[in-house]
Amino acid sequence: MTQGIYKVKSNTLIAPSVYRMELLGDTSALTRPGQFINIKIDGLFLRRPISVCDYNDSEITVIYKVVGEGTEILSQCKTNDVLDILVGLGNGFDPEKSGEKPLLIGGGVGVPPLYNLCKQLINKGKSVSVVLGFNTKDEIFYENEFKALGATVTVATADGSYGVKGFVTDAMKDIDYDFFYTCGPMPMFKAIESTVKVSGQYSFEERMGCGFGACMGCSCKTKYGNKRICKDGPVMDREEIIW
Amino acid sequence: MVDTKVTLSGIELDNPVIPASGTFGFGYEFADLYDINMLGTFSFKGTTKDPRFGNPTPRIAETPSGMLNSVGLQNPGVEKVISEELPKLKKCFSKPVMANVSGFAVEDYAYTCQMLDKENQIGWFEVNISCPNVHGGGLAFGTSAKNAENVTKAVKKVTNKPVYIKLSPNVTDITEIAKACEAAGADGISLINTLLGMRIDLKTKKPILANKMGGFSGAAIKPVALRMVYQVYEAVKIPIIGMGGITTAEDVIEMMLAGATAVEVGAANLVEPFACKKIIEDLPRAMEKYRINSLKEIIGGAH
Repeated sequence: MTQGIYKVKSNTLIAPSVYRMELLGDTSALTRPGQFINIKIDGLFLRRPISVCDYNDSEITVIYKVVGEGTEILSQCKTNDVLDILVGLGNGFDPEKSGEKPLLIGGGVGVPPLYNLCKQLINKGKSVSVVLGFNTKDEIFYENEFKALGATVTVATADGSYGVKGFVTDAMKDIDYDFFYTCGPMPMFKAIESTVKVSGQYSFEERMGCGFGACMGCSCKTKYGNKRICKDGPVMDREEIIW
Repeated sequence: MVDTKVTLSGIELDNPVIPASGTFGFGYEFADLYDINMLGTFSFKGTTKDPRFGNPTPRIAETPSGMLNSVGLQNPGVEKVISEELPKLKKCFSKPVMANVSGFAVEDYAYTCQMLDKENQIGWFEVNISCPNVHGGGLAFGTSAKNAENVTKAVKKVTNKPVYIKLSPNVTDITEIAKACEAAGADGISLINTLLGMRIDLKTKKPILANKMGGFSGAAIKPVALRMVYQVYEAVKIPIIGMGGITTAEDVIEMMLAGATAVEVGAANLVEPFACKKIIEDLPRAMEKYRINSLKEIIGGAH
């Protein structure tokens, strides 16, 4: 983990209430896809944990939805504004576990952390399938970005306004995969868990105090003992999770 | 050169800054970030006789200039603290450390302290009789002078190390409890633990914390903490470790003027992982600004 001051390169509305922010600064603490950053917000006490969508040597991209006071303030940030951020938090997804035909399943704002994972898997020559779930057509984002990486992308909308009508599990039926990675809401996780037959990794969310393992605010029980979502997670192996 | 040294029950600290229990784990998370040997000492994660998972999540809520937590004393239990946590702590911290201990009965406190007493690195005990997050246990001890006295006596029987009793602010008269601890042989008083608080989610119309209520900490509580340290300083002769909302070097000075010999930093560590490092590095500047040569000389200076 590092702490630094990051300059906002862009902060753009890409879907209703959903923004993509590009940040310039030190990214050396990011070692895996699926890690997160913790952003200090002017006027608020706790930092706001946001998953990393993509990163390179000098730039971090995050995608976040305005859900409360913190993300509302964040959405008002302008180009060249600066933010105090803790970078490189959490364990992230393990691309080494993927097998040859990994499936990436994202629901709503659970989609972003899968993007850099997808990029890494494709660079390793894997045949990547991606299923993205949204409520309705207007909320869809990053379908084309995943396609541009070379993944086979299926979109599901709950109301049937685009792609497969139904949930991500409906869109997964005909896909051949040997490992899965997922991030999204808990009901989606439970539906996935009742469907999948192979190993995989889930990325969890919880209200956090510190984000770096100090406060025990986001603990959960696993088959291998108590773990902290922020430090030992947010990504957990399917085999260790207690549902 | 200004002098930041203070002495806490016969053990000299390089400076009065002590990360508070529950915000610093067993040190090693922070040792990855900076050399924690620069600290005066630190108070490790509240340890109980048996392992505890704590309360259900959500355990964290934000407040204006502060936060609520209802962690509920999650810890691996004293046996694992000794076998697993303290060896790791020893690798990254070479000074005497403060052992924070909690319990649900007088015997629990005595048992846990007796187990930890054999650990050479422990310089002091900080006995938490004030955690607001455990039903029927911690809070009850800290809110009754009789219980505070009983726990103090029981712990003093099993250790010769200095014993600080950590008090709850959720009482009518904190000086009465402090005096009971002093009379029972406490070597010092540590205050304040968190204030009992609540937040309600307007979308769900229910409390944010799964435990409904939680401990309120952060900059917002500093005036309450200062007032209570000030009151307790006038009521007892034993040293005080002051805490509650400490965020800056100026806050440390203010708390010492109220009567604290040393100062703990809690919630600030969670939002600013380098908080204690920055405070310590900034202390000489703040001391020069307010023409303070030695921190020892300002303890209780506001009285």
